[in-house]
Amino acid sequence: MIEVIPGDPASFMLGINAREDTLAALRSEMGLDQGLVVRYLDWVSGLLVGDFGNSWTYKTPVSELISDRIWVSLPLAIYALILSTLIAFPAGILAASRRGGTSDVTIMGATQLGVAIPNFWFAMILVLIFAINLRWFSAGGFSGWDNPLHGLKSLTLPAIALALPQAAILARVMRSSLLDILAEDFIRTARAKGLTRRQALWRHAVQNALIPVLTIIGLQFSFLLAGGIIIEQIFFLPGLGRLIFQAISARDLIVVESVVMLLVFTVIMVNFVVDLTYAAVDPRLRNKACAAGSP
Amino acid sequence: MRRGLAIGTFLTLVFVGLACLSFLWIPYDIETLEISNKLKIPNAQNWLGTDHFGRDIFSMIMMGARTSIAVALLAVGIGIIIGVPLGLFSAARQGSFLDELTMRGNDLIFAFPSLVIAILITAVFGASAVNAIIAIGIFNIPVFARLTRAAALPLWERDFVMSARVCGKSDARISIEHILPNITNLMIVQGTIQFSLGILAEASLSYIGLGAQPPTASWGRMLADAQTLVSIAPHTALVPGLAILLTVLGLNLMGDGLRDFFDPRIRVGRT
Repeated sequence: MIEVIPGDPASFMLGINAREDTLAALRSEMGLDQGLVVRYLDWVSGLLVGDFGNSWTYKTPVSELISDRIWVSLPLAIYALILSTLIAFPAGILAASRRGGTSDVTIMGATQLGVAIPNFWFAMILVLIFAINLRWFSAGGFSGWDNPLHGLKSLTLPAIALALPQAAILARVMRSSLLDILAEDFIRTARAKGLTRRQALWRHAVQNALIPVLTIIGLQFSFLLAGGIIIEQIFFLPGLGRLIFQAISARDLIVVESVVMLLVFTVIMVNFVVDLTYAAVDPRLRNKACAAGSP
Repeated sequence: MRRGLAIGTFLTLVFVGLACLSFLWIPYDIETLEISNKLKIPNAQNWLGTDHFGRDIFSMIMMGARTSIAVALLAVGIGIIIGVPLGLFSAARQGSFLDELTMRGNDLIFAFPSLVIAILITAVFGASAVNAIIAIGIFNIPVFARLTRAAALPLWERDFVMSARVCGKSDARISIEHILPNITNLMIVQGTIQFSLGILAEASLSYIGLGAQPPTASWGRMLADAQTLVSIAPHTALVPGLAILLTVLGLNLMGDGLRDFFDPRIRVGRT
């Protein structure tokens, strides 16, 4: 689809004053003179063996470009996911266990704000406070993984900016899922056999409330990976997001296609893994799957 | 929770009101640049200060509200106009080939990270408000199609649908006359939520330069302009961000409030 769009990459690379024969030569070098179907089949068969093709502007294999950048984008998404879970779980559990109390109202109010905050604006505010005024972090750039601590530090502000809105959503899901479980009969039974509210919550309710939460975490990972595109721009991080932007403006279509394919593939894989973890969390599903599998 | 609905409606009305008012009156023309008056902090003349071109930020917020609301409203419109009929049809012919096709098509759109595809669409077809609307609208279609189908399926089992059928009404007429009115509330609530997501998406797209183009004012681009000035003139970044935050917050509160209002059972279940 992206191939059919207006804007000839060859004429873009050579500028508007290029001679017609130079253009033709470059087009044939890039394979643009071949038919759409040929180019598409070429690309798809390349994907299957891990060959994304060569970037038109960088003149290097796309797989190399991606494998350089993924070491920024992937750690950023994972870092943000960990932060979001670390914030959301306690907040959601606390809100559900003190339902209607001050902490519940405060946490729910905070999550409403968290959902409504545009994360790129939040990122700017973080830079203003922690990088410009307090000078705890650098305002952007990435120092590489040679020193893992420095690398982690330069990813901290971006990860917080990405994580907070997601944490707000996750905390709400955790709370409402936990409230549903706390209304179940087996919690009453647990309380009747002498467990305190807190014991019943931790031993029986939390694990049972995890399924909807896991679904959301799975969805969020893909969102974090994609949402990183904008955040990477703000913090000047050399990740996939910047790669895709540079590629879009240079009409380096093969890079754009490959990054999008990679993101979609990751999203599908993550959702698949989440489906598998359901079985780990809920033994009933495991048994059902075994029963269906055995003759 | 009624309080949430009241606050939400109030915030929403303020921003819709500002957008409507901007058609009749704005404090200063935003297309005249007055560099000598640049980066003023909020004062009596410029209530919210001025930006790096000396434009009045309050006026730009008003014009930006117009852009945000127009883009988000039209994007929700695309979702409803295409998604709801698809969902109604799928529910009426559950299990048919077209039902399968619609639902798998929905799955396909869901599998793509929406932001990436929105960036791709606007980058490929050129950055403009219209392309932003289309890019955001496409992702509203499966949302409404799924919701409509899920809400309509149980209705098809109800007695009033059976009696309509006995009267000789076609599936299409039953869908429009009996199913649709019963799911309207749900659509209003989801519409409010998608509207707020649309405002966020529009802001993100215009922030990275792929939304409405100058001289059209847009909150996202105001933030992009402010990014390099944040250390010397923080108000240029704070004001548009707060405008987005308050509008989205208002719409979310209103959506939650409306859901409870339409369905009192939820209020008992989980407030």
